[in-house]
Amino acid sequence: MAQIFHRSINLYSKASIVAVVLLGGAAFAGLFAFERSPYITYQGVTKPQPVPFSHQHHVAGLGIDCRYCHTSVETSNYASIPPTKTCMNCHSQIWTNAALLEPVRESYRSGHSLVWSKLNDLPDYVYFNHSIHINKGVGCNTCHGPVDKMPLMYAASTLQMEWCLDCHRAPEKYLRPRDEVFNMEYKQPATGEPVSFDGKDYTDQKVLGMALVAKYHLRNVTDITSCSTCHR
Amino acid sequence: MAAENTKREDVCPGKNKKKTLDAQALDLAVVREEIASTSGPEYWRSLEELAGSDEFRAMMHREFPKGSSEWLDSVSRRGFLQTMGASLALAGMTACTRQPLEQIVPYVRQPDDVIPGRPQFYASATTLGGYASPVLVESHMGRPTKIEGNPDHPASLGAADIFSQASLLDMYDPDRSQTPVYLGETRSWKNFTDQIRTRMAGQRAVDGEGFRLLTGPISSPTLFSQIQALLKMYPKAKWHQYSPLHRDNVLAGSMLAFGQAVETQYRLDGADVILSLDADFLSPSFPGSARYTHDYAARRNPDAAMNRLYVVESVPSPTGAKAEHRLSQRASEVEGLAQSLAASLGLGGSADEAKEDARFLRAVAEDLKAHSGASVVIAGDQQSPEVHALAHAINAHLGNVGKTVVYSDTVLANPVDQTASLKELAQDLREKKVDVLVILGANPVYDAPTDLNFGDALLNSGAGLRLHFGLHQDETAELCQWHVNAAHSLEAWSDGRAYDGSVCLVQPLIAPLYEGKSAHELVAALMGQSTLTGHDILRSYWQGQAKSADFETWWRKTVHDGFVDGTAYPAKAVTAKASVPAGKSAAAAAGDASMIEVSFRGDPAIYDGAFANNGWMQELPKPMSKMTWDNPAWIGPAYAARKGLKSEDMVRLEIAGRNVEVPVWIQAGHPDNAITVFLGYGRRRVGRVGTGVGFDLYKARSSDAPWRTTAKLTPLAQTYKLASTQGYQTIETGVADDHGVARTRPVIREGSLEEYKTNPNFAREMEEAPERNVTLYPNVDYSDPNYNKLGYAWGMTVDLGACVGCNACMIACHSENNIPVVGKPQVVVGRHMHWIRVDAYYQGDRDNPSASFQPVPCMQCENAPCELVCPVGATVHSSEGLNDMVYNRCIGTRYCSNNCPYKVRRFNFLLFQDWETPQFKMMRNPDVSIRSRGVMEKCTYCVQRITVARIDSEREERSIKDGEIQTACQQACPSNAIVFGNVNDPNSKVSKLKGQARNYSMLAELNTRPRTTYLAEVRNPNPQLESAEHAGASSAVEHAVVERS
Repeated sequence: MAQIFHRSINLYSKASIVAVVLLGGAAFAGLFAFERSPYITYQGVTKPQPVPFSHQHHVAGLGIDCRYCHTSVETSNYASIPPTKTCMNCHSQIWTNAALLEPVRESYRSGHSLVWSKLNDLPDYVYFNHSIHINKGVGCNTCHGPVDKMPLMYAASTLQMEWCLDCHRAPEKYLRPRDEVFNMEYKQPATGEPVSFDGKDYTDQKVLGMALVAKYHLRNVTDITSCSTCHR
Repeated sequence: MAAENTKREDVCPGKNKKKTLDAQALDLAVVREEIASTSGPEYWRSLEELAGSDEFRAMMHREFPKGSSEWLDSVSRRGFLQTMGASLALAGMTACTRQPLEQIVPYVRQPDDVIPGRPQFYASATTLGGYASPVLVESHMGRPTKIEGNPDHPASLGAADIFSQASLLDMYDPDRSQTPVYLGETRSWKNFTDQIRTRMAGQRAVDGEGFRLLTGPISSPTLFSQIQALLKMYPKAKWHQYSPLHRDNVLAGSMLAFGQAVETQYRLDGADVILSLDADFLSPSFPGSARYTHDYAARRNPDAAMNRLYVVESVPSPTGAKAEHRLSQRASEVEGLAQSLAASLGLGGSADEAKEDARFLRAVAEDLKAHSGASVVIAGDQQSPEVHALAHAINAHLGNVGKTVVYSDTVLANPVDQTASLKELAQDLREKKVDVLVILGANPVYDAPTDLNFGDALLNSGAGLRLHFGLHQDETAELCQWHVNAAHSLEAWSDGRAYDGSVCLVQPLIAPLYEGKSAHELVAALMGQSTLTGHDILRSYWQGQAKSADFETWWRKTVHDGFVDGTAYPAKAVTAKASVPAGKSAAAAAGDASMIEVSFRGDPAIYDGAFANNGWMQELPKPMSKMTWDNPAWIGPAYAARKGLKSEDMVRLEIAGRNVEVPVWIQAGHPDNAITVFLGYGRRRVGRVGTGVGFDLYKARSSDAPWRTTAKLTPLAQTYKLASTQGYQTIETGVADDHGVARTRPVIREGSLEEYKTNPNFAREMEEAPERNVTLYPNVDYSDPNYNKLGYAWGMTVDLGACVGCNACMIACHSENNIPVVGKPQVVVGRHMHWIRVDAYYQGDRDNPSASFQPVPCMQCENAPCELVCPVGATVHSSEGLNDMVYNRCIGTRYCSNNCPYKVRRFNFLLFQDWETPQFKMMRNPDVSIRSRGVMEKCTYCVQRITVARIDSEREERSIKDGEIQTACQQACPSNAIVFGNVNDPNSKVSKLKGQARNYSMLAELNTRPRTTYLAEVRNPNPQLESAEHAGASSAVEHAVVERS
């Protein structure tokens, strides 16, 4: 019987096998990247807000402490968004006629809340607690990024589970002394830029991290990677 | 479905239509043989299990009852495939969904004491039948989410009964009345007050001649003073009170014994011997039950002085189940029995020695006498006034008064004979004497005795203003021109007295959802003060009462504590009349053999019908029958066998010319020749949950015989499907060992005090747990700090001796963990969702079995069989030994529940959770995930509470204190049967309990190493009765068989 296909088809058939693997791999890699892209995670994406509130101005410019507005960050799971009253503490005195602040004044007058868009938004089945992270030496900007350099706020991290686990599997990589938690300028120790803790200077984050893990009684990795740590 | 039904029918031995009476007797003979041949106690949960039919075994071996895993809805195969195809195509896309944009809505001015994310607790109270229960209400930023007991109040001690807890769901009930209504049209409160002004002025002119007020029983001092002022304003007006589950007989008994109305309180902590004469004092509808249960259970420890409970009862109840010796009697026979008892105690009258129960009576009498001053006789609400008077006389004679029995002023502000009161009102309506009728929170059109024909009287009364005030536009509202929507007790200020007389304040947790008004505001409006707020009224009343000079401080403290200090009634010295009342002749039923005695009871879950629209309560398996969503009438096994009746058969009851049809349920332990019917079902107008559910038995109740009467019973050809969870999730106890020898590994274990004293380890020795190193599982050491740094290992003990089966834990769990209600058709196929269930086990003769309760939450096995079979790792162990359930990982294979020997996992076969109704969104606990369809769920020891406590303790750099974490079930439990804590800490309460000899693991030989263990029940039987009862049991069966042939 005569050959149905010409010999050159062999090349195509071999190429197609490779192509399937490559294309499949590419599709998988594409989905992998897509899943982590800002389109899905909103990482680095600003969202419409009633007032274009600038953390850069208030934190870096004016030097207001995080806890002035986010009052419950040390005691509760929520850091809490300040009530209109907190804004008006200052803005009843300064910028009283600024058009940008009209929604704030309107809220204060009418008693209707300002409605903000949630930026750092965890899925509803995740129970995150701010107070314990603050208490164990996780800096604000470790997760929230350089807030003091954000004219408009955005989520600095993906907030995906792999991102959480990165730290929960090795907390010593990120911990800092408690009194540095709210310090936006804080830098991890490096040679020549030591961080002092407990009367000692550290130049290596690993070493400092281990000291902090011991000092702050961090639970084991088996403990803090148990499902019920975050899911209930 | 039809085929399904017939198959399920066959499961029940007493149910097969083809079987003749002879076959029935044969069946019983087999049972008797079985009882005789087993040496140890043989336990059963349903009569089907007792007979051990093949079908029952098949059901027991299934993961879920037959039908629960099948698709029964009327979707065609084609439609199903289409839907499935679409969802399969989309299945891979789920991870690619973007999160929807969510909003944050902060306060404008944040209240000082609110910390977002941290709940607050406010003291308040709920009322049932006029009696207040002190509670704490959990509030998440202004939304009440859970009701708990008030630990500072002696009537609660931290426990909360099912009714107070479930009233939370009532507040969020979307079917509540939302506006005032005039002839079906929506009106405003302002419009209402304007409209009634002229008519009230008209009444003012005639001194209230035609003005009638109808309320339920009232204990609120403020409302009582308001009503007194109202009656002063309208001097000829009349105030009527009616509640269908009234305590008229208790009142009449008190009048008979003392010539005045007094409240009887019991001090069960000092009672060595308790005799209940048809009193179900361990059930939550009994006033003071939370405290009584606490005090009773505190004396169930076999290592201390144990009490002993005798119960004579006509309706199987949790109290009877707990009894050391229970006598099953028809309600009419209790009085004669009480007289015989009084006689044998030397109170006059003659003891009827010929009675078959004489032996029981003699033993009780001797025991009571031997414990004079430390015994107590309690008469049931439904028993005649004479029985109450006899109980008073016996207590006085035994010197119990002032020790275990205390008399005080009445809790109800103005106790009256409520039946007579309503009768008078109906009479006045019929005689057209009434111009204005205000009905405050009562629903007589539905629940009045049928002979009063109240609806008819109301409609034809010609009253110019009929006003109904209540939470729902119910049957009575339908026949009134005006209806005003009431505020729920979580929305309004009020007060009320607890069983000990202490005044509890009712504090609103939330502004009225529908601008409802409180009873105080309505009564004020009737006096022309329509602008007064409930807060003003309450405050000004207490301002007049306060003894403290600094009222503001006193008031703030009182509101904070939830009760007015020092208002508990002091003991009152009253003397019972010396003569024992001569009772009416007993056993009316005996006269006519064709008649059967009927007992009326409030429903154990939906009370008088007030909780009919409450899904939690409808789906709560009732303590003895585990019935949900219905109120079948109970008959005894002997009677059923004689009449050839089986559960789910319809019967007609003919009572004084009135006919009602109702399905029957064969209840083990129910007396012969008697039937018990439950009130509260068959509501015609209440809401989406309760309307048309069950059978209305008020239609059979007359005013002259509110609690018992006689009826002619005719079996009907129809059957009616009932949804009882009894028999579901049954654990097989009979096993064969390696040599094929049959033996049992009972899941429930008990012994007598004597057995316990000779061998305290009896419970443990019933089953052998493998050595610790005999396992293929990772043998984790939970005390190893490298594995578990903080060293917590959570565990629980459940004291079977203390558990009274009150179901408080189940409602607490519902509320805490956002557990959905599934509805009757879903319960029928076994898809109910309760994370903790309370199994009732019976033992012995089915005409008078002893019964035990066993709450079963997830065991949190250290070697958890469920974990190994999960293909996606959705159930895994935490380092503290919890069997975590990760809902967002679960893909619904149900392998885990298939592999769970304890059958504690629940699967969302459908989207049972209501995601649409806005009210329910507010009610949910924000600290617990809401599960969707296709997800397995189960108890995790309230991991949300553990996490909060752990984080708080870590922040404060200390260890979690013992008792700091209470699981929801533990917190609600009135008998302290459930104890939770750290088993690694040898000094924790739970460790100490686990160290007790009677601690045992369920199915220990499976080597699952459950963290939840049980303390075996130890009973304290009277040795005099003990030996006889064994012989007696078999002779009773003999007797039944003879009767039948």
